[in-house]
Amino acid sequence: MANLDVDLPLLEVREGVDRETIETVAAMGAYKYGWATDIEMDYAPKGLSEEIVRLISSKNGEPEWLLDWRLAAYRRWLGMEEPHWAMLHYPAIDYQDQFYYATPRSMAVKPKSLDEVDPKLLATYKKLGIPLKEQALLAGVEAPEGERRVAVDAVFDSVSVGTTFKAELAKAGVIFCSISEAVKEHPDLVRKYLGSVVPPTDNFFATLNSAVFSDGSFVYIPPGTRCPMELSTYFRINAENTGQFERTLIICDRGAYVSYLEGCTAPKRDTHQLHAAVVELVILEDAEVKYSTVQNWYPGDEQGRGGIYNFVTKRADCREARAKVMWTQVETGSAITWKYPSCILRGDDSQGEFYSIAIANNAQQADTGTKMIHLGKRTKSRIVSKGISAGRAQNTYRGLVSMHPKATDSRNYTQCDSLLIGDQCGAHTVPYIEVKNTSSRVEHEATTSKVDEDQLFYCRSRGMSEEEAVALVVNGFCREVLQALPMEFAMEAQSLVAISLEGSVG
Amino acid sequence: MLEIKNLHVKLEEEDKQILKGVTLSIGAGEVHAIMGPNGSGKSTLSYVLSGRDGYSVTDGSATLDGVDLLAMEPEVRAAQGLFLAFQYPVEIPGVGNMTFLRTALNAQRKTRGEPEISAGDFLKLVREKAKALKIDADMLKRPVNVGFSGGEKKRNEILQMAMLEPKMCILDETDSGLDVDAMKLVSEGVNALRSAGRSFLVITHYQRLLDHIKPDVVHIMAAGRIIKTGGPELALEVENNGYADLLAEVQ
Repeated sequence: MANLDVDLPLLEVREGVDRETIETVAAMGAYKYGWATDIEMDYAPKGLSEEIVRLISSKNGEPEWLLDWRLAAYRRWLGMEEPHWAMLHYPAIDYQDQFYYATPRSMAVKPKSLDEVDPKLLATYKKLGIPLKEQALLAGVEAPEGERRVAVDAVFDSVSVGTTFKAELAKAGVIFCSISEAVKEHPDLVRKYLGSVVPPTDNFFATLNSAVFSDGSFVYIPPGTRCPMELSTYFRINAENTGQFERTLIICDRGAYVSYLEGCTAPKRDTHQLHAAVVELVILEDAEVKYSTVQNWYPGDEQGRGGIYNFVTKRADCREARAKVMWTQVETGSAITWKYPSCILRGDDSQGEFYSIAIANNAQQADTGTKMIHLGKRTKSRIVSKGISAGRAQNTYRGLVSMHPKATDSRNYTQCDSLLIGDQCGAHTVPYIEVKNTSSRVEHEATTSKVDEDQLFYCRSRGMSEEEAVALVVNGFCREVLQALPMEFAMEAQSLVAISLEGSVG
Repeated sequence: MLEIKNLHVKLEEEDKQILKGVTLSIGAGEVHAIMGPNGSGKSTLSYVLSGRDGYSVTDGSATLDGVDLLAMEPEVRAAQGLFLAFQYPVEIPGVGNMTFLRTALNAQRKTRGEPEISAGDFLKLVREKAKALKIDADMLKRPVNVGFSGGEKKRNEILQMAMLEPKMCILDETDSGLDVDAMKLVSEGVNALRSAGRSFLVITHYQRLLDHIKPDVVHIMAAGRIIKTGGPELALEVENNGYADLLAEVQ
């Protein structure tokens, strides 16, 4: 295997000019996270083949069964076709023209603790505002009263660089680690649940992910345990021409609870990059999972150059009675978003909720929504979707509500609102509703509106700039969803809404 | 304070001349009223002064303390101390009244290069001002103007005025849609804000608002011009005789 040293393109630095100054200036554009980390990387050769699948498996030191699982997925994938039913238009993706595995060289030997992690990687996350330190814990002092702690798993390109608060979580019986580590340390759990919600045969992108997933997060919450802190994974794509294929598996055992946050960013580049993730949530009797995402991958420039192609399969299986799941997503990034976090309401009286804000500006395209599959009796679901289109963007809500014959006395409520800014963008709503019993009830409400000139003038006459006015009106439009997010995330999402819409008016 | 000279304005889309040479001078601390029949250009004047899109100034000028108003963006005019109380206050769903007030206040402070107001100081201020206008805590939390009664909307406009402390206030038919009690409350709110450094331009159809908010000067506007200027007695004359006599007099 060839190991290539690739130097990422860097701005020229004149003598006496601090690099950080330049980066700060560069980051002042609308997209704050567009800088790259200059770090030595090891790449697998370009393209996809059985060899590459074997290489990824061996890099992760995986057992035979997992390699076979990957290979079966890969072989199946070869005979599959990329789906084109979504309202998305993009040039054909050349699956042989990218790297499937990229890892910082310093990660060749996995660091045993965060102290051993390459300072450049730690600095990257610090700059992104993600704390990878457990200062309070390490220094042996208690965190200040009221300060909420969040455990983080940080995934950089193809590998997890570290997970915080592992020891403290372990005391509560909670397992939080990278999935590659889980394969080694908790093989029984992984083998039992991996692919049990999103099978390797599920769809083109999920099958691709099953073959080449390199890392991701693993969570297990034991019965009756309320996870003592929020868990989060922060995904960073750094390397060029490299796809990120992470896999997240969360198992919330009987009567347990966890709130999980996910954030994602990538550098500005002129070429498109592929991101095809799979997230599986297994929720057992009386357990509850809250899964919140702030997706802020690089969206491309105003002309539509560059940006992430985000093809993601997320699904929760409320496998037993009274299991509950709540998906909340704020989708502001990516050139293309293809994502339908879904709920299988298998257990009787189980509940699924989906709250979504999807913003598409400039040349962005989003086709996103959810699937609520009601299988158990008296199951309930609620969908609140807020789509915002600006520039020349196209934004589609696509959702399925399905009531199976046995899902008697079940209920769904769907509210789907679209907001248009300017006259060159589009909003589309594509609801699919199937009801196969007579005792269930499905409600669907949808509205489409334009940001009103009167509202903007009213705000401006009170002293707000046009951009502040748009942000205020749009945040009002999104309020129900923002309220579903954990506090700090809601604040971040609120400012992100404003940033994403910069330049959308005037 | 506010100097309007020979102001000519037309509607951009219809190429229709609305204001045909309005001249008006309001000194510091003065209250002027503009009365006039429907379609005389009263509301257009208020929109042009506050910077609404859709109008083009074909001649004349308007300055606030010597600074050209018409060259400024609406938000800059606001930061310079101009305030328009809307005839039809706009609803903004999902945005709490408090959030709106705080965002507006801080935006103006930022434009003027002043520091933002702290959360605590803001809360104290808004509670104090709201109390005087009989605006309760619930109304402060509700989304801006959504589901407000006519009276609540107008009181809310006066609350914004009290919070933003402008030096030049334009009231566009603030009395429309108000019952007697609400009119009294709104007028008291306005009167409480009268001061030596603050001027008012009150646009109204009816004299009755001027019973509560006593003007120093009354102008009669018709067909895009001010046709007569006088003291408070002019408003009474209109109330008793209508506009017809005045219009005939001019023609």
